[in-house]
Amino acid sequence: MRKLTILFLTVLIFSGMFYSCQTAETIQQDAYYVNGRDLYINHCQNCHGTKGEGLGELIPPLTDSVFMKTNKQKLACYIKNGVSEKLTVHGKVYEGKMEPLNLATIDLAQVIVYITNGFGHQQGMYTTEQVTTDLGNCK
Amino acid sequence: MNNPLHFFSALLLGTVLLTASCKEERKLPIYGVRDTKEVAKADGFTVDTIYQTIPDFKFLNQDSVMITNDQFKDKIYVADFFFTSCTSICPIMHKNMKTLFQDFKSNPDVMFLSHTIDFKYDKPSVLKKYAQKLDVYDPKWQFVYGPKDSIYTIAEKSYLVAVQVDSNDREGYVHQGFLVLIDKDRRIRGAYDGTNPEQVEQLRKDIPVLLDEYKK
Repeated sequence: MRKLTILFLTVLIFSGMFYSCQTAETIQQDAYYVNGRDLYINHCQNCHGTKGEGLGELIPPLTDSVFMKTNKQKLACYIKNGVSEKLTVHGKVYEGKMEPLNLATIDLAQVIVYITNGFGHQQGMYTTEQVTTDLGNCK
Repeated sequence: MNNPLHFFSALLLGTVLLTASCKEERKLPIYGVRDTKEVAKADGFTVDTIYQTIPDFKFLNQDSVMITNDQFKDKIYVADFFFTSCTSICPIMHKNMKTLFQDFKSNPDVMFLSHTIDFKYDKPSVLKKYAQKLDVYDPKWQFVYGPKDSIYTIAEKSYLVAVQVDSNDREGYVHQGFLVLIDKDRRIRGAYDGTNPEQVEQLRKDIPVLLDEYKK
């Protein structure tokens, strides 16, 4: 019984430490991630798949970490304005068109947090301010 | 029967045998409009049911070859309507259809037939490229192109799938995502929502059931 109490207390202390370590930013990031997942399911999943696996050579997967990292500033433009240029993902060239999707700034931020932290990526927070800046630099 | 375990196993065995013998062979329904016809026989008349069938068709396939019903003679096939630039339901439909294609790849009695409803853009060369990129470029899966009239008529009248040009829609076309199962006698034996994983699984189970009908 005593052992059990000690174990319980230890777990309590550790989880308490873990929660107090979470900053306001990571809590916000988690909220974005969860909302972003809903947006992804509604707007993106049909083509890009439940695991971001894409479809053959028609629709690029979202699992290429190098691509996602180097093109992070372009993601908002891609989603909002669509894509008609050729993209190389996982070494394969995709030349299909993606239709523009008119999402609000906050929705763009949330869905981008989801796709850059899901599918094996870990790129952290992406704010609405960053969306506005990146959209200003769209080609 | 003094041992309860013996009694229990006997009961279990009995139940299993009974249910197994009761199990009727599943048969797929036949869809579409029916008609009757009187047929002359030696001793009078008998009434036959005439089922709705897929009429003769002639379309250009992904290799720009004119194909007809002959291509599907003695085959059962899964038909659908799509267009290559569609981003709404087509990708998921064809993703699911591709898994069926892979499962029945080695079965010579099963084929696939996708009709494009984009008569302006989806010429055979576009269809070929699409098939290659989907990694299903194979005579077993035919992608066909035809004039608007014949494709839209066969969709609505024969396969019972609604398709239409819609200038209000961003992509210009609206259509239903059904995968229609056709038997060797050109009759409709099932329609499954190609975007719904459960219905696609049902189709996966129904194809062997339909094939069994033709086994003698």
